[in-house]
Amino acid sequence: MGAITLEKVTKEFSGVKVIPGVDLEIAHGEFVVFVGPSGCGKSTLLRLIAGLEDVSSGTIRIDGVDATGLAPARRSLAMVFQSYALYPHMSVYKNIAFPLKMAGMPEADIKAKVEAAARTLNLTDYLDRRPGQLSGGQRQRVAIGRAIVREPEAFLFDEPLSNLDAALRVNMRLEISELHQSLKTTMIYVTHDQVEAMTMADKIVVLHAGRIEQVGSPLELYRNPANVFVAGFIGSPKMNLIEGAPAAKYNARTIGVRPEHIQLSTESGEWAGVVGVAEHLGSDTFLHVQVEGIGQVTARISGELNIHHGDRVWLTPPPERIHRFDGEGTAI
Amino acid sequence: MATLQTQTAARFMMAPAVVMLLVWMIVPLGMTLYFSFLRYNLLMPGMEVFTGFGNYEFFLTDPAFFVALGNTLLLVGGTLLATVVGGTFLAILLDQPFWGRGIVRLLVIAPFFVMPTVSALVWKNMLMHPVNGLFAWIARGLGFEPVDWLATLPLFSITVIVAWGWLPFATLIILTALQSLDREQKEAAEMDGAGPVSIFFHITLPHLARALTAVTLIETIFLLSVFAEILVTTGGGPGIASTNLPYLIYIQALLQYDVGSASAGGVVAIILANIVAVFLIRMIGKNLEA
Ligand SMILES: Nc1ncnc2c1ncn2[C@@H]1O[C@H](COP(=O)(O)OP(=O)(O)OP(=O)(O)O)[C@@H](O)[C@H]1O
Ligand SMILES: [Mg+2]
Repeated sequence: MGAITLEKVTKEFSGVKVIPGVDLEIAHGEFVVFVGPSGCGKSTLLRLIAGLEDVSSGTIRIDGVDATGLAPARRSLAMVFQSYALYPHMSVYKNIAFPLKMAGMPEADIKAKVEAAARTLNLTDYLDRRPGQLSGGQRQRVAIGRAIVREPEAFLFDEPLSNLDAALRVNMRLEISELHQSLKTTMIYVTHDQVEAMTMADKIVVLHAGRIEQVGSPLELYRNPANVFVAGFIGSPKMNLIEGAPAAKYNARTIGVRPEHIQLSTESGEWAGVVGVAEHLGSDTFLHVQVEGIGQVTARISGELNIHHGDRVWLTPPPERIHRFDGEGTAI
Repeated sequence: MATLQTQTAARFMMAPAVVMLLVWMIVPLGMTLYFSFLRYNLLMPGMEVFTGFGNYEFFLTDPAFFVALGNTLLLVGGTLLATVVGGTFLAILLDQPFWGRGIVRLLVIAPFFVMPTVSALVWKNMLMHPVNGLFAWIARGLGFEPVDWLATLPLFSITVIVAWGWLPFATLIILTALQSLDREQKEAAEMDGAGPVSIFFHITLPHLARALTAVTLIETIFLLSVFAEILVTTGGGPGIASTNLPYLIYIQALLQYDVGSASAGGVVAIILANIVAVFLIRMIGKNLEA
């Protein structure tokens, strides 16, 4: 089990409403990612679920039971912190064993469980070391180990990979996804990296200034962003958002078209422009085109391309790929 | 300081300071050692003769020596216990958010700035005095017989006075250490099911180990030589009930004018201090290694 429900949850810090009101359903076994810009309240929301902060109003249910006033330890949730929060004076073994020891489990059972967890996470050789003697990735795994031995109803991750370098981050991302496949436990994962969100999530919750902007599967958010904010946040490179006359042509205040959907031609098309910077990634090329009467538009062209700074190109947004938004920024 | 050249230069630059410190230490130590082998009484000047270990024999076989030794260790141990436990407790209280915390912290530090003689006088005349003291007044108010603290419990009373002076020091150091404890670590322990008591013993106390070690070592050095508090309050009495080693040496040298055995006592005190230091470093010094 591990279904979590938030009903009208609000949180204020000394008068400032950081979370003005959130309703959210998380089903058992789901991998949910909270994503949003820095300071939007992702950590706060996670800490509310964990019980490390008290809600100002609203209800949190875990498996249908009201857990709003429950102490963190009694919610059967496990959390992996951004700073790992390992206990520096304890060995890796003792770190992982700590929650079991606190639960009063017999020593023999603790040993079996810790060793099993260490095997899953490739930590067997490091059990006697202190956290200070481990690399960032190994520390991360210890933190995860400490969480999994408790067999919680749900895991909470607060930007667990943000202290790792890019290559390791990709690795750990896969490991966490695999862990989710094998444990099938609910996981709530906070990140501000939309690539992590897209690749790992069953369900993405996009937060903005403490509000939920949209909830959906990665592809739903990609295909049908509910508003301008989500449209701009999900997808890399960012969706081109265009206002004014070109948008009015489509009966919208703002139109959006993703760089990868734009068709490029060197002879003719809807929007004429001059190539500014061309970023060649090998598999793709990002063209930043200065379009007359619109401004900068980014196009993503697959394959190698012989287009350079200053070249004149024509861009055409396919009509079926255009997202239209009204004056409030809501999708039409 | 990486290259050979900078190392040489550094040695050269440090030499004057090191030499001066060395002389500063060696000369008095040498003189004490020298005097400790002489029969040297200030009442009979010019009659110094070499007596070998006579002074040591005299000092060490004096029954007062063992009493003073015991008193020294009791005073050090008692004060350490009171300041370390009390300091940890106070530091945890002061770490909680409450109204007026800044002022309270300032007040808690204040005793450290009071001279030992002054604080001892205040304790003696205003708090512990059997007639005028605050404690006696409270005792009478509650219908009890006032206790003459310095007469009936001299060593305990002095321990209280000394501990009062050192408590702020311990509190301050422990409080700083406490504030450097990572909040997420405590939260992680909380999620792992540790209650406040478990968090204290499994997370906070190990984190404080280094600070507690430093407090213990520094305090021991100073507490082995407590003197002013005794001189001002009990004068080592009644009898020798509150005489510690420094005070015994003072009695030998300045009340009995026997510089020779006072010096021997001084050497004994140095050896004793080193034994205590070795013990402490063995026991808790590993906490200082990072
Ligand atoms: N203890 C606190 N007291 C007052 N304000 C707080 C507190 N904790 C968080 N806030 C405020 O709440 C808002 C949301 O903070 P939160 O830490 O949840 O952001 P976040 O989405 O996790 O950001 P990041 O991606 O940078 O971690 C911020 O504006 C922050 O200043
Ligand atoms: Mg955060």
